[in-house]
Amino acid sequence: MLAETMVAQNIVFGILAVTMVAAAFRLVTTQNVVRAALFLAIVLAGAAALYILLAAEFVAWVQVLVYIGAVVVLLLFGVMLTRAPIGRESDLDNDQRWLAALVALFLLGALGAVLADAFGDDKIGHITIRRTAEVSDSIFGAYVVPFEVASVLLLAALVGAVALARRD
Amino acid sequence: MLRNAWLIPLIPALAFFVILFFGKRLPRKGSEVGIGALTIAFVLALICAGQWIGKETPREAAHAHHTWFTFGGTDFGFGIHVDGLTVMMLVVVTFISLMVHVYSTGYMHGDRRYTYFFAALSLFTAAMLLLVVSDNTLQLMIGWELVGLCSFMLIGHWWEEGVNSGAAIKAFITTRTGDVGLMLGIITLFFAAGRNFDIEHLNHAALTGEIGHGTLLVGAALLFLGVMGKSAQFPLHVWLPDAMAGPTPVSALIHAATMVVAGVYLVARVYGPFFVGFSIDAGGINVVALIGAITVIIAAALAFVQDDVKKVLAYSTISQLGYMVMALGVGAWGAGIFHLFTHAFFKALLFLGSGSLIHAVHSNNMSEMGGLRKKMPTTFWTFIVGSVALAGIFPLAGFWSKDEILLGASKNGYPLMLVVGLIGAFMTAAYMTRACYLIFAGEYRGHAHPHESPPSMAWPLRILAVPAVLAGLLNAPGIGLFNKWVEFDIPGVQPFLHEHDFNYGLAGLSLLVALAGIGAASAYYFRGAFNGISDRIPILKTGERILVNKYYLDDLFLAIIRGIQYPVAKAAYWVNQNVIDGVVNGMGKGAQAGAYLVYDVIDQRVIDGAVNGAGLSAEEGGSILRNVQSGRVQQYAAMLFGAAAVLAVGLVFLT
Amino acid sequence: MYLNEFLMLAAVIFCLGVYGVLARKNAVLVLMSIELMLNAVNINLIAFGAFRDNVIGQVFALFVITIAAAEVGVGLAIVLLIFRNRADIDLDELDLMKG
Repeated sequence: MLAETMVAQNIVFGILAVTMVAAAFRLVTTQNVVRAALFLAIVLAGAAALYILLAAEFVAWVQVLVYIGAVVVLLLFGVMLTRAPIGRESDLDNDQRWLAALVALFLLGALGAVLADAFGDDKIGHITIRRTAEVSDSIFGAYVVPFEVASVLLLAALVGAVALARRD
Repeated sequence: MLRNAWLIPLIPALAFFVILFFGKRLPRKGSEVGIGALTIAFVLALICAGQWIGKETPREAAHAHHTWFTFGGTDFGFGIHVDGLTVMMLVVVTFISLMVHVYSTGYMHGDRRYTYFFAALSLFTAAMLLLVVSDNTLQLMIGWELVGLCSFMLIGHWWEEGVNSGAAIKAFITTRTGDVGLMLGIITLFFAAGRNFDIEHLNHAALTGEIGHGTLLVGAALLFLGVMGKSAQFPLHVWLPDAMAGPTPVSALIHAATMVVAGVYLVARVYGPFFVGFSIDAGGINVVALIGAITVIIAAALAFVQDDVKKVLAYSTISQLGYMVMALGVGAWGAGIFHLFTHAFFKALLFLGSGSLIHAVHSNNMSEMGGLRKKMPTTFWTFIVGSVALAGIFPLAGFWSKDEILLGASKNGYPLMLVVGLIGAFMTAAYMTRACYLIFAGEYRGHAHPHESPPSMAWPLRILAVPAVLAGLLNAPGIGLFNKWVEFDIPGVQPFLHEHDFNYGLAGLSLLVALAGIGAASAYYFRGAFNGISDRIPILKTGERILVNKYYLDDLFLAIIRGIQYPVAKAAYWVNQNVIDGVVNGMGKGAQAGAYLVYDVIDQRVIDGAVNGAGLSAEEGGSILRNVQSGRVQQYAAMLFGAAAVLAVGLVFLT
Repeated sequence: MYLNEFLMLAAVIFCLGVYGVLARKNAVLVLMSIELMLNAVNINLIAFGAFRDNVIGQVFALFVITIAAAEVGVGLAIVLLIFRNRADIDLDELDLMKG
């Protein structure tokens, strides 16, 4: 049973990974801003699926709600408000794209090497299915201070965004 | 006294300085100092002569030498060598100089440079005396050059007139031309004698064969060049007639009796090299005798066409100098010296007499004289005595000395010189007769008022007439004192210098020849025979023209000088302008170019380039680096990520 | 499942996000790329949490999501402000801090 689960998990992971990478790639290379936002939504959705695969259902659900539901919409609003042309238009990549590619590849290489070196044979074994109550216990228990700080941060962000964007 | 004979040149030298510094303030303007010094010198010379004659035979020469310094094994110093020849010269020089000094007080009275004249006379006398007493060729040359200088000074005494200064320069340069030979000769003989200037040593070395014949020939020939210049031998005789531009006392002292005989003295003193080098004992012909003979004839010929009385006497002097040189050339050493001795007296007498005439008629030219016999008796008689002595009439001085020369020429195997001597005697008598006729006979042709000279001028004439008459008797047959007193002595060596017995036949012949000369001239002038002959016979007319133009020698010399001097001067000028100035200018240009180089390249490009470059590089670097701060956030982000990645790699893989 | 699978996937997405941040001219696209990067980090956290069998990974991931949302809001406000002032959100033109 466990072995079949393993195989099924690997297949799922493989599909998800390919989808996400492809979407991310298209996100950074497309010339259409709206399509970029949609590709972002795909990546975010794939991430949520991954969380479920890793037995983090609450986080997956929050991801979908907040990221896909709010952030992508917000980004689309931004696209709209800044009159970015919808549809194909002039080059959206600036002149240093090759340097950027180089840096990104270099970074990837470094990261890859480090990861391979450090976590070569580690396996994720059996993951305990936890209830969301345990997550909330952790937040409001051990990490209540970061929680409060995060809420203050949200407030600040809210006030700040309003202050900035307000037509005056 | 003989060993202290150096006093004799010293006293006139001191007189020179005294007259120079104090002469103008003295009551007689310095002449008294000159006369006093010369008197003392003459007395000392007589003492020397007396001591020399009183010596035991064979007489040895007295020496005194003071070494100044030695260099490279050679002794440089001052010394005296006193023998018969020296003593004779001392007496002659001091006596004639004294007579001239006394005469000059009258002749140069009121002259513009009276004091300097006497100073120069004293200096000249001192130099001549230095020359005759010297025991080494170097000191001799010093005296030689000094007398040349004094001659220049005295010829050009009235240098305000261009003729006089020109004559002085001509004299100096002509003798200088000969002096080159003199110096080279001295040097040659110096090395030949083993780096020694001593004359006695040189004579000894030459006569004993220590020095090679060829070397002696070369040395003697070079010395003879100097003799030709100083003693007015052909062709360097051209200066002497022009030197008559100087005052007459100067002509008497320097250009008759003393300076011009310095060359003869040199040959006589340094006779060894001459005797051996020119092979004088071989007879026939040699350069010395030949030049002397030529000089005798051509000078005598020129004396016939002169109008200036002093020029007649000048050519006569040249001719007699030719006799002396010829005598030495044929080996008649004693005869040559004896003729020097007698000639000094009667030629000085003649010159002073001519000075007296010039002083009286205010002109040198015989065409403005005439009939002065009655007006100036003393001058007339002394002049006649001098002329007869010069012509060689028995028993006056010239007869004996000239005859000895002819004797030597005939006996030593020089027949040509004998013939020349006889012809010369004829001509001498003739031209002197001509001169006497033009001056003293007939009517006075001038415009002045001639009168007899003052005692200061008349007495020297009278005094000089005495030796002019009697001096020859010193060597008359049977007496022969002169030859005994003045011998060519080199201890241990007896050269071929025969003393010949007196030959009555030859003496008679020379007397006849002289009388014939007087007779011919008298016929021409007194009786008008052969008058106008040169107009009738064209070849004689040509000869006359050549004589009047002095054989065109002056023109020849001038052409040579111009031909040499002008191109040399042009070449020197070219070298100066192009080579020397070129070098200098080139260096200047080089320095300038260097400066430009430094400026353009080093300063402008290198240094300024460095400085500017520093600034420029900072600027460029800044512009490049400025691109880092493009203001574009993404660029900063790229750098950030890149640096972070590198750091990460570094941290991970290197630790 | 290997841990490295998740980590490598996260690394790839992170690097793609880096590329997007550096290479895109439109400011909104840059913000999207930043979201990519943050998501990659989240995947990392969750994977490690699963590896450790600990809930802490999820807690942190929640915080990250919160902050990401706040950041997008503020970021878009700024972008809107820029657009209002300059009528253009081409990041290449925003070089007032140049030099």
